[in-house]
Amino acid sequence: MNTVNEMKLQFISKSTNESFARSAVSAFVLPLDPTISELADIKTAVSEAVTNCIVHAYPDTLGIIYIDAKITDSNKVIIKIKDKGVGIENIEKALEPLYTTSNGERAGLGFAVMQSFMDNVKVRSTLNKGTSVTLEKSIIKVNYDKR
Amino acid sequence: MSVGLFFGCEKMVDMNYIDDTLIAKLYGEIDHHIAPSIRNKIDSECETYRPRVLVLDFEGVTFMDSSGIGLIMGRYREISLLGGRLEVTNIPPYLERIVALSGIGNLGVLK
Ligand SMILES: Nc1ncnc2c1ncn2[C@@H]1O[C@H](COP(=O)(O)OP(=O)(O)O)[C@@H](O)[C@H]1O
Ligand SMILES: [Mg+2]
Repeated sequence: MNTVNEMKLQFISKSTNESFARSAVSAFVLPLDPTISELADIKTAVSEAVTNCIVHAYPDTLGIIYIDAKITDSNKVIIKIKDKGVGIENIEKALEPLYTTSNGERAGLGFAVMQSFMDNVKVRSTLNKGTSVTLEKSIIKVNYDKR
Repeated sequence: MSVGLFFGCEKMVDMNYIDDTLIAKLYGEIDHHIAPSIRNKIDSECETYRPRVLVLDFEGVTFMDSSGIGLIMGRYREISLLGGRLEVTNIPPYLERIVALSGIGNLGVLK
């Protein structure tokens, strides 16, 4: 599995950047000719992961959010979203639907959405060091010759 | 009477009454950045005018993540506390999956 394209983004954890981040990843994936539904899935999952960095990783400060997106020769999109924030104490618990540590109007469904909309979700985290979430999705190849 | 709330140059929510039903039409992308403004607008309207029914109309929504689910659950709580009832209408097909996953159907608000 070889990487055929890659892009990296860094931006500060301001909530205005939620729409910037999902639009940028969406634009990067567009040459793969995803369906509207595949693209919406990716945008939603990226929005969830980036929002988590803004809300949970850097709760009272501004920090940097890193995105590294790759496209492989098998039409797979791999998006890593990383922060250097507070980290997650218990990942298993964090992944449970409806679990939230926030007292705002969070639904506790971010990870559930990522898992349902992407093929694979990996979470790595170290307390007080940060968190990385890797989202993977294969884009169904359209065979133009056979259409 | 109609009250609109704009974000940048984009309209986010438009509110109208039919008798004592408040219809809030939502527009554009609902995420964690946008949701608080919509929430404040709807809540202050509800606290002032105490509608019997609050309708959230999703027809004009082009993107929504779980912040939109939080927005729906929060309005359900608010309007219930004020003695009113919530209805959620016109969920576009592409939002059906996130709505199903959230379980808000169990609140009996989907129309
Ligand atoms: N990047 C992160 N840094 C620190 N904690 C996180 C991060 N992402 C998620 N979490 C933790 O995992 C919990 C569940 O996340 P999620 O499923 O997105 O629900 P929500 O964001 O609505 O709380 C959060 O409440 C938070 O405690
Ligand atoms: Mg979240």
